[in-house]
Amino acid sequence: MRDNEQDAEPRLQVTAKGDVTVVEIGNRKILDEINITQLGEQLSKLAAQSPDPKLVIDFANVAHMSSSALGMLITLHKRICQRKGQLRLCNIRPGIYEVFVITRLNEIFHIHQSREEALASLG
Amino acid sequence: MRDLAQKMVIASKLEAAREVEEALLHRAAGFGYSESAMFAIKLALEEAINNAIKHGNGFDARKTVEVCFRVDHRKAEVTITDQGRGFDPGAVPDPTRDENLEKPCGRGIMLMKAYMDEVRYNDKGNQVCMVKSNS
Repeated sequence: MRDNEQDAEPRLQVTAKGDVTVVEIGNRKILDEINITQLGEQLSKLAAQSPDPKLVIDFANVAHMSSSALGMLITLHKRICQRKGQLRLCNIRPGIYEVFVITRLNEIFHIHQSREEALASLG
Repeated sequence: MRDLAQKMVIASKLEAAREVEEALLHRAAGFGYSESAMFAIKLALEEAINNAIKHGNGFDARKTVEVCFRVDHRKAEVTITDQGRGFDPGAVPDPTRDENLEKPCGRGIMLMKAYMDEVRYNDKGNQVCMVKSNS
């Protein structure tokens, strides 16, 4: 199926909760290979808007994962840490979470079950 | 549904991989593969084709990637061949070692092996064959 959603540019729903930026990934195909670079740039721009960025990424709509997507998240995580910021991931489906476990990246990222938990974890 | 082998030759563009992915997953869905098996096939196929396009063919527009697959009610088998010089998959560092955990690259082959039942490279290292059972 070649639907409009698949061909759409990466869509992010961005909301502010105090000094925290919450990013909800807007469509299921956003982490497809050809969208990764663009998505990484969008997230990096968001992280660059604050001297000590606090970013929550909500994966509720994410149904796919790849090594490129993981690489993009690692790069983003490093950039945020360099700026003394904090990154939280949340609402990751069990099948996707398994990818984080297999790669041991669940040990690198702060992953929370819900957006509320992720927000509460930020100091 | 009959068991038909299918061969597709795609350009060295990431967009071209979607066509293959859709064709293979469509056949797997027709045989009632589980959601987790479909997830695994999609993930592994994307990793393998990306490797072929990026590392094998180096995004060279003159080179192509050949994908052959056969899907039946028992298993899905896919072979991806690039036109590169090949590589030694045994020489790829383990991305789960502590010192490699924060490296942004190098997880594709590991994920292919984790999600597929079989992953075999030819001697040259420019062809990979992967099998996923319908279980």
